[in-house]
Amino acid sequence: MKQWRFWFVEHRGTLMALVIFVVMFLIYASNHPAGFGANMVQTASNKGVLLAFVAMAQSLVVITSGIDLSVGMVFTLTNCLASWLVVGSPAQVILGIIAVLAVGAVCGAINGCVVIYGRLQPIVATIATGAIYYGIALALRPFPGGTVNETIADALTGKLFNFIPASLVAMIAIVFVVWVPFSRSVAGRAAYAVGSSETAAYMSGVPIKRAKFFAYTLSGLLAGTGGLFLTFFTYTGEAAYASGNAYTLFSIASVVLGGVSLMGGKGSAIGAIFGALAFRTIGDLLFVFDFDPLWQPLFQGVVLLLAVSLSAFGLLRVRNRLDWFT
Amino acid sequence: MNAITARLSSFRRHLDPAVITAFACILLLLFLGSLYSRNFLSPEYLLQQLKVASFLGIIATGMMLVILLGQIDLSLPWVVTVGAMMSSAAAGFGHTGAMLAIPFGIFCGVLIGLVNGFGVAYLRIPSMIITLATNAVAQGLMVVYTGGFSPQDSASPTMRYLATGFIIPSIPNSVLCWIIVGAAAVFLMNRTGFGRSIYGIGNRERAAYLSGINTRRIVLTVFGISGGLAAFGGVLLAGYASKAAQSMGDAYLLPAIAAVVLGGTSILGGRGSYLGTVAGVLLITLLQSILSVMQMPEFGRQIIYGLVIIMMLLLYGRESLSR
Repeated sequence: MKQWRFWFVEHRGTLMALVIFVVMFLIYASNHPAGFGANMVQTASNKGVLLAFVAMAQSLVVITSGIDLSVGMVFTLTNCLASWLVVGSPAQVILGIIAVLAVGAVCGAINGCVVIYGRLQPIVATIATGAIYYGIALALRPFPGGTVNETIADALTGKLFNFIPASLVAMIAIVFVVWVPFSRSVAGRAAYAVGSSETAAYMSGVPIKRAKFFAYTLSGLLAGTGGLFLTFFTYTGEAAYASGNAYTLFSIASVVLGGVSLMGGKGSAIGAIFGALAFRTIGDLLFVFDFDPLWQPLFQGVVLLLAVSLSAFGLLRVRNRLDWFT
Repeated sequence: MNAITARLSSFRRHLDPAVITAFACILLLLFLGSLYSRNFLSPEYLLQQLKVASFLGIIATGMMLVILLGQIDLSLPWVVTVGAMMSSAAAGFGHTGAMLAIPFGIFCGVLIGLVNGFGVAYLRIPSMIITLATNAVAQGLMVVYTGGFSPQDSASPTMRYLATGFIIPSIPNSVLCWIIVGAAAVFLMNRTGFGRSIYGIGNRERAAYLSGINTRRIVLTVFGISGGLAAFGGVLLAGYASKAAQSMGDAYLLPAIAAVVLGGTSILGGRGSYLGTVAGVLLITLLQSILSVMQMPEFGRQIIYGLVIIMMLLLYGRESLSR
């Protein structure tokens, strides 16, 4: 009984995100003009998975109580790179994919080094590195263009057995390859420890630097995976400043919806995934209700504002006013 | 005489190494620029730079107050745009509209700022999130208002005069606006209890609360001021370009934060001087201008821009090793 309650408290944020997502998706699916079907799920999954990758990337850093404002730019950079490299023979394609993911990880590692060894505040440091990554993306693709190996692109964005969306399967696979080992490793536990109290973690001899370095590097890797998938969906590379920025901002919103505390030390990448899927579904709700698409940004904004205001209910439980200031 | 030397020595003691470094970098940039072309030291060029810097300077002033609190205002891009669009829209309503254009634009910005402040101070939502949300709402409102296109309204003559005219010969009005805003900010920060409370809250809000400061009201007010200044910057920008445009504010968020931080203000709050912010604003404007005069392609500009910020922060923005 006790065990069960601990588990529940630990995963409350993730479960909330799951519930929001399921409710939103049911409303979305039941009103969808094409009806609930494999095609609709595939489209929704393809759209949601992109943001989910970026949100996972963001959540890893946020758990260490940092923030990564360059995720969107790493996403854009790897998109541009993939439109050059993931072409040609199967061997070239595989090498290209590895190179793209490696570049993503390197971008994350650079962020990590600047934050750990440069001792700069993550928020400012990643703004600056984000500008650098965007500059490189622009150098790679001054104009939208490029191409990608269509066989693998179609395989990863289509359906398995004519039913299951492949992108969703790919994402779950990435969760098992990246997030599950990380969260169970020493570095992963240390990341949570650093996030909840860096001083206490330091005093207890937790490997702070290793934890942060892994968190930032894996964050870059995940953002790179997102960029790779973007290339698979669009078949082109584009250094779009606005879209990179939007992904950064949406990733923060998804992480918050997914129950990851911006103070650090709380939440999980799984929660961030549900947060991202919920956020995307909310954004698309207007389409199924046949509203003017002009209203979509406003609707998305108001929902976001309400969602973040809900956290204010926690104030009602505060007994001592000094607890406001933490 | 004694008083002057005493003042001088206290001035020297208060000089922040960050501010000195920033000003040294400005001189270095001017020197490098003058090697490239003699025009860099001509008064016309410098005044033109000062004029471009004044828009960023006014916007960064609000951002600095928020950062001094230890918060951040990410709603800036669309508050700037709201200020520009709403003032231009009001200018379309005949004579009274033209008169009220500037106050109305600023009023809209203050309103958004107050929503931010209410969320941060009273609902205790992290500023990064609530300002992100209000930014999205402001964007949504403007998209609905304009139909997704750049609006047809143009700036009122007063706005244009404020942004491009000259009351005092050879000193652009926008620079005067920045001087007035800056002087007010310096007075507010250094000479009033309100200003001292901002620094206090930035250092430790709990301590400020326990010393009897109404911290929530101050946070609310500061966010209101920040929104108002961002909108005022938008009004001036609309006057400068003689119309508002979609996402005209996007180019100001990162430079504003960078300018404040490069000027030695701690992003954690509680520490920083306005002189530093002035230095940061000038530094960033000069850097952008020199890169564009050298016809550096956009990608090179972005990379150098990011590298310079990181380099300068590594020079003096590092946290102490001890915890």
